[in-house]
Amino acid sequence: MTKRAPDVSASPPRRRSKYTLAPLVLIAGNVVLFALFFAWPAVIGLVYSFTNYTGVGAFQFVGLDNYSNLAGDSTFFDALTRTLLYTVLFVPLNFVFSLLIANVLVSKHAKGVSVARVFFFIPWLLSPIVVGVLWRWLFGENFGLVNHLIEKFGGSAVPWQSNADLSLLVVVVAASWAWTGFSMLLFIAAIKNVPVSYYEAASLDGAGPWRQFLNITLPSIAPTSFIVILLNTIHAMKEYPLFAALNNGGPGTSNNLLVQYIYQTGFKSGQIGYASAASFVLMLILMAVAIIQLIVNRRVENR
Amino acid sequence: MTTTDMPRKVDAEPGRAVPKKRPGVARGGLRRAVPATTLLWVLAAVYGFPVLWFVLSSFKPAGDLFSSLALFPDDPTLSGYKAAWESANFSQYFINTAIVSVVATILTVGVSCCTGYALAKYDNKWLKVFFICILATTMLPGEVMLAPQFLVARDLGLFNSLAGIIFPALLTATGCFMFRQFFLTVPDELVEAARIDGARELSIFLRIMVPISRPIMLTLAILSFQWRWNDYIWPLLMLNDPNKFTVQIGIQSLVGAQNINWSVVLGGSVISMIPLIVVFLVFQRYVMNADINAGLKD
Repeated sequence: MTKRAPDVSASPPRRRSKYTLAPLVLIAGNVVLFALFFAWPAVIGLVYSFTNYTGVGAFQFVGLDNYSNLAGDSTFFDALTRTLLYTVLFVPLNFVFSLLIANVLVSKHAKGVSVARVFFFIPWLLSPIVVGVLWRWLFGENFGLVNHLIEKFGGSAVPWQSNADLSLLVVVVAASWAWTGFSMLLFIAAIKNVPVSYYEAASLDGAGPWRQFLNITLPSIAPTSFIVILLNTIHAMKEYPLFAALNNGGPGTSNNLLVQYIYQTGFKSGQIGYASAASFVLMLILMAVAIIQLIVNRRVENR
Repeated sequence: MTTTDMPRKVDAEPGRAVPKKRPGVARGGLRRAVPATTLLWVLAAVYGFPVLWFVLSSFKPAGDLFSSLALFPDDPTLSGYKAAWESANFSQYFINTAIVSVVATILTVGVSCCTGYALAKYDNKWLKVFFICILATTMLPGEVMLAPQFLVARDLGLFNSLAGIIFPALLTATGCFMFRQFFLTVPDELVEAARIDGARELSIFLRIMVPISRPIMLTLAILSFQWRWNDYIWPLLMLNDPNKFTVQIGIQSLVGAQNINWSVVLGGSVISMIPLIVVFLVFQRYVMNADINAGLKD
């Protein structure tokens, strides 16, 4: 656009803000999407959480009633407790296994890494529904392979589906199996970025592999560990499809999780206002998780 | 899934091999190779077995499903697949899911590319504001806004249409970040030079920037395809006409039934994972080298 061609390269004109139309056109699509499917729902969600809206017709503002009702709603608390328990079990299990596998995969001594990597990665590709079906098939109470094997070796069938805690445990194992591939990729990238000279120095000093892992690898990948834990926590807090396919929140309603609770109150019972309030509680928990982990991370990094 | 991890460096060219800086010392030979390799393959077997067992079981005739523990089916049959494909409109589900995934992926890549370029190469104030807006979407996952999002989509007339699944999914912070980070690495001089040559803003974008961002497009396309193909809860909310169901809803309704016909469920599930596995195997190197630290949002 500038006509002063000769001296342009000498002093590049940095006044890019004179362009208005082009960037506006470029972001227009996302602006519309953002307004329609994010900003607007967020605002009306907040508004609805103070009403008794059912999804159709008129509604009244009920102040904080929805929130105070939630505080006394045992179904909600059961779902919340179960969600937290699921998260507390899933996150460490996933962390340990994906870190272990990432370490083996970057090892110079292991053979067949590029093929083996695919075995860890495929579960991540599968949809949560298929993962649920698959583990239900393995852990079926009367027909599953696992019980079949247990009986063959003289044990008695384990109630994988009708015992609420075992049923949750199966989901935890299934979820960490499915999510290893993702966390593993993050860890591999981080481990590869640790300078080789650290390990060389350590091995000259006589440090074994375990010491090297504890004193070099683990501290060096701390930021990635933080991200893996954060992402997995947030993911676990909103888990639903896996439960839907594996045990449908069962036995009974004992493994109903938060998102399932929101779905059922909002869409099955038509209590949109109440479900919106529950959603905002979930959002506050997620934000608290993110903030706590940010603070912890900062403290670790400043040490 | 979602991330609160804000813009990080995205590998400028995911196709290029990452320099290998592996820890450990190469010497040591067999003595070290044996334990490491054993551990690797024991783990790989543990992780691979469930899928292998599942897929092999799907070739067993319905009668053998619960009686035979043999890993390989005695007389392999495709009857489960045939039953799945013919029953419960499965082929229709498959077509619907394919339409949703392909259209959503193309549009996602398109809008993300435009937005990412604008965020990287223009410095208007309101662009910075919009950037913060996009960051906000990663803080508030869709699951938290199910009800209001549903009402908005319904009021827009999107209920019970494939468009209703596609459009709300197009805004992805991950996609915008990936393109923004990539375009930041493209020298401004390239844009300036094109301007001096008299090129107009949008044609600089279309003729120069779009073609060089192909690796990012491919990476995002694979991710987006996977998100859409595997999506469950939003399609479940938006669709109530069985002719419009997606594969995931179809499978879930099969396992939700009183008497599960495992032969059909297994066949249907295996069919549903084929497209993703194929896409993954073809584009493996892009996925493996993508810096997915940039975050994945569905």
